[in-house]
Amino acid sequence: MLTAYKKMGLIGFLIVGLAAVCVLAAGRGQVPISPSEVAGSLLHRLGLGIGPLPSAVQGENALWLVRFPRVVLAVIVGASLGCAGALMQGVFGNPLAEPGVVGVSSGAAVGAAAAIVSGITVLGSWTTAAAAFAGGVVTTFIVYAMSRAGGRTEVVTLVLTGVAVNATAGALLGLLMFLTDDDGVRAIAFWQLGSLAQATWSAVAVAGPCALAGLAVAVALSRRLDLLALGERPARHLGVDTERLRIIAIVATALLTASAVAFTGIISFVGLIVPHLIRMIAGPGHRVLVPASALGGAVVVVTGDLIARTAIDYQELPLGVLTAVVGGPAFFWLLRRTRARAGGWG
Amino acid sequence: MKATGVSVSLGGRTVVSSVDLHVSPGEVVALVGPNGAGKSSLLAAVSGDLPSSGEVMVDERPLDSYKPIELARLRAVLPQKAALSFPFTVGEVVRMGRAPWSGRPEAAEDEDAVAEAMELTETTGFAARPFPALSGGEQARVALARVLAQRTPLLLLDEPTAALDLRHQELVLSVTRARAASGTAVIVVLHDLSLAAAYADRACVLAAGRVRSEGPPSSVFTPELLSEVYQHDVEVLPHPRTGTPLVVPRRP
Repeated sequence: MLTAYKKMGLIGFLIVGLAAVCVLAAGRGQVPISPSEVAGSLLHRLGLGIGPLPSAVQGENALWLVRFPRVVLAVIVGASLGCAGALMQGVFGNPLAEPGVVGVSSGAAVGAAAAIVSGITVLGSWTTAAAAFAGGVVTTFIVYAMSRAGGRTEVVTLVLTGVAVNATAGALLGLLMFLTDDDGVRAIAFWQLGSLAQATWSAVAVAGPCALAGLAVAVALSRRLDLLALGERPARHLGVDTERLRIIAIVATALLTASAVAFTGIISFVGLIVPHLIRMIAGPGHRVLVPASALGGAVVVVTGDLIARTAIDYQELPLGVLTAVVGGPAFFWLLRRTRARAGGWG
Repeated sequence: MKATGVSVSLGGRTVVSSVDLHVSPGEVVALVGPNGAGKSSLLAAVSGDLPSSGEVMVDERPLDSYKPIELARLRAVLPQKAALSFPFTVGEVVRMGRAPWSGRPEAAEDEDAVAEAMELTETTGFAARPFPALSGGEQARVALARVLAQRTPLLLLDEPTAALDLRHQELVLSVTRARAASGTAVIVVLHDLSLAAAYADRACVLAAGRVRSEGPPSSVFTPELLSEVYQHDVEVLPHPRTGTPLVVPRRP
């Protein structure tokens, strides 16, 4: 276990690491730009005439119209997923809770797909995000109501609830695909695979505030989430209004999931693996776990997206597929470990 | 704390029916009775965990008029079974007991309260170990340390000695006794009647959700009452040196 000083060091390390992968990711692609030129371009826009400008033809445009929105959205999505995972695990008192696994991501995707298919645009560019949020809230409440017994959630119940919710959401997505035209089918298929290819500044402008609000709430709740680890009653004995905490946390989870899903589709397992790794390094205290999981999630998604778009020339791997390839086996390992420790599927 | 006419229903069955219970500062009240007598349900009703009919007054105010945080500064509750979803260290668990005082002048006592509680329960040695790695008895003492660190004027303890060896049973009850001596009101659920007789000012014998007898252990613990309540022949002998009642089941 780390000391408080080292825990702050971990946060600092993650911030520096995130900045480094962001600069690296912004430089890689069909128009290569060196990290110093990326930094130079940024500083010039900030009004500081320091560092070299991109020397490549169209370099400045490639950075500001394509790469930066994509990297920033990757940071937002990753931070939302990591934070949502940590928050959900805290509220469920179960290290296997995660928006993708329990089906909240699918629920949010159904909401967003319904908005796409129906062509409703009452809220402008916010429509998809709002629909994803609504889908996320409804699903989180359903999962919460169905999987809890006596103040805690058993692993089996949680995972099986996730199976049921994911199956239902999959059916609804299939139905929406059946009802819509070719463009709609393509849009929904894109959802299920998960990708950052459609990142724009307007997407950032919608997902960013949702993510920030969710993150702020999660950080504010972190001390109370620690107490919740004792169980619902003991937490109340220590002054936590558990009913209120639960509702606020569920809304925040849905907000974070919506910001992660609204423009990129389902990117699973980030919220499961990242908080788990952070817990192994820094212990389960949420005051470090929540911000560190957000930063760690951002590092993972920015790196994952970099690999997804540069691994194969002139082709792009869907990011959701990539995270699932790594996350799936890691989930197996986590399940086995939890089982070994609990002496069964309790 | 004063409870009047408290009844609790669980799953359509009345498990506590019109019980009166009170405890004053400086007093240790033992709740005893056979399994299923309603001891834990009564304690849960008094701590506000279970909905109950009747009236529970804490510090001369109705229980349900308190916010959770106000109540947390008045009473601490030790649950029967200590659970923890994530591997926090022992030190972190005990410190959780200070949460109700965060942002208040009493927060200055945090370090002191945690250190004292761990010393009293002899848990200082495993402060850095993860809680789930401890044995059942060690976990029980850590849970008690958390409750003591809360430093509230009312303590509700549900079987604090259940998982403990002889020495630690005595340790826990003398710590409880010492807390009472400094003005804390204590209600404690106990199974060992001799322990209750030795450490409690008053004992409340519950059976089938009702109070069968209440008063100083020496007058309440009679062979007739206990034999009937526990449905087993019981002998009560005065301790040869101290005179406190020793309760032993009659054996062939």
